[in-house]
Amino acid sequence: MTTLKEGGAPSEQRAPRQSRAKSSPREIRRQAPGTPWLFLAPYLILFIGFVLVPIVFGAWISLHTWDYTRPLKPFVGLQNYTELFQPDSAQFQNFWGSMQATGIFTLFSVPLLLTIPLGVALLMAKKFPGRNFFRAVYFAPYVLGVAVVAVLWRYLLDNNIGLVNYYLGLLGLPNDIAWTTSTPAAWVALVGVTVWWTLGFNAVIYLAALQDIPAELYEAARVDGANGWQQFVNVTLPGLRPVLSFVTIVTLIASVNMFGQSFLITQGGPGRETRTAIYQIADTGLRNFQMGSAAAMSYVLTVFLIGLSLVVFWLFREKKGS
Amino acid sequence: MSQAIDTVNAKDTSRADRHVPGSRRRSIVRLIILGLVALVFISPLIFMIITSFKTRADATGIPPTWIPNPFSLEAYQTILAPDSNTPVLRWFVNSMIAALLHSALVVVTASLAAYPLARMNFRGKKIVFAVIVATLLVPPVILVIPNYLIVSDLGWLNSLVAIIVPTAASAFGVFFMRQFFIALPDDLEEAARLDGANRFEMFTKIILPLAKPAMATLALLAFLTNWNDFLWPIYVLFSPEVQTLPPGLSTLQSANAVRYDLLMAGAVVASVPVLALFVFLQRFIIEGVSRSGVKG
Repeated sequence: MTTLKEGGAPSEQRAPRQSRAKSSPREIRRQAPGTPWLFLAPYLILFIGFVLVPIVFGAWISLHTWDYTRPLKPFVGLQNYTELFQPDSAQFQNFWGSMQATGIFTLFSVPLLLTIPLGVALLMAKKFPGRNFFRAVYFAPYVLGVAVVAVLWRYLLDNNIGLVNYYLGLLGLPNDIAWTTSTPAAWVALVGVTVWWTLGFNAVIYLAALQDIPAELYEAARVDGANGWQQFVNVTLPGLRPVLSFVTIVTLIASVNMFGQSFLITQGGPGRETRTAIYQIADTGLRNFQMGSAAAMSYVLTVFLIGLSLVVFWLFREKKGS
Repeated sequence: MSQAIDTVNAKDTSRADRHVPGSRRRSIVRLIILGLVALVFISPLIFMIITSFKTRADATGIPPTWIPNPFSLEAYQTILAPDSNTPVLRWFVNSMIAALLHSALVVVTASLAAYPLARMNFRGKKIVFAVIVATLLVPPVILVIPNYLIVSDLGWLNSLVAIIVPTAASAFGVFFMRQFFIALPDDLEEAARLDGANRFEMFTKIILPLAKPAMATLALLAFLTNWNDFLWPIYVLFSPEVQTLPPGLSTLQSANAVRYDLLMAGAVVASVPVLALFVFLQRFIIEGVSRSGVKG
């Protein structure tokens, strides 16, 4: 989506160069008709085989009772979809319970992942000794995989011997919180771990955008008597607008796709409370092998995700003429 | 003269940054606070490393300590033992093979595909590009079920090929390289053409040498993604001897629920290569990431 949105800009910039190319070095851009396709072929084979075909094949699977372990895969039309919307069906409770879990996680993690990294980026925006070191420290957890992060935090969040409860106790706070086996503590844990793990990614993107805001704009604002807050609202935030929509969508997609944290830290528990939609889809399709139903779920989730992305695009649209 | 004015201006802006008198002391205080916050922030990773050198009892002792007592390599000896049913060393080798081959496959296919999309005119270019763009909006979850069946039909289940090849159809890589190729001057290939070079020679002899930094960045990002991938490998790799580290850690966790010494040692083994890459090549990684956001 980055590119879809930003893709407009580069091609606009490129237009004059191309028209220039037409006059003299146009030759350069001409070649035997098969040549571009030879270059594209290796990628396109992968792309068609593992992206385009699966998108269509997935839709086809969702129209069947498709059990991987059974030879017969009867066509059932839209039954897998209608079942997801019938409160008395087997899949209804599981699916919407998991959608709710994903919703809760997204609702709390996205705002935190938009604001905290912005604070970190603002702290790093001015040049000071060791700035690159600090930037690296905040980015470091992001290079680790979810498996490492989750295994580590399940230890730190252990009820009895974990570091988190121990230090809470030292501060005079409750020291027996069941972070991994009770809600809402489990939500606090999952959101907190995710913020710790990924805030560096958003911070680095914010930081790059902050550095692209011309210093003269701040200078002009100061001349006009703007204080720090007014500069932030009138110069920084508008300057961040292009990346803000990118960061929002990427964060939103990452949150909706949450899986590993819940799988490894809470095992979806207590009960099924923290079992996310991706967890449910993977479990239904790849463990219970009800692939038709799982494929249908993944398409419903996709519709939600695309809808959400469109809402974000709409919220961040350029208000032309104002 | 104009240069002198520029330096004066530059000085002005830098002075304007610290607008409060006595800001030197303030900036030192700020630096100390930043340092403390950063230390707390990174302390979980430090504790992970410390715990991996503890004994079983020490790792679950109360209160938790920041110095292993005694310092012990027991956890590493246990998990790295070749006869273990959680063969961490084997997982490490598998992860390394998969991530290196995956990374190479991404760089080669994405660079080849990005070149004509950036520097040739041909029929169908716009459509090909638009379709690739559109798939960036497709959440990976809808590929999981069909790709499982495709991989199964290809006979790739429970083998490293399953985690090397399918995920290499990276739209991001094509974009990333195309963005770089587009920025190169138009007449670069001109001289080579006059020397009678064909398109492939222009690509390998002129464009690729210039694209080394971009290729290195893409290779790194692809390596990290593959090294850390979790959801796909836990379902397509099921026997212990073909697993990679992330699903392996999950296996290790179910096999040793409260052996935190072993779990932290396993986590360290899974972290060392990526942390080392990050320490030595952080500029590439961070710039690659921030570029993906700003310039798309």
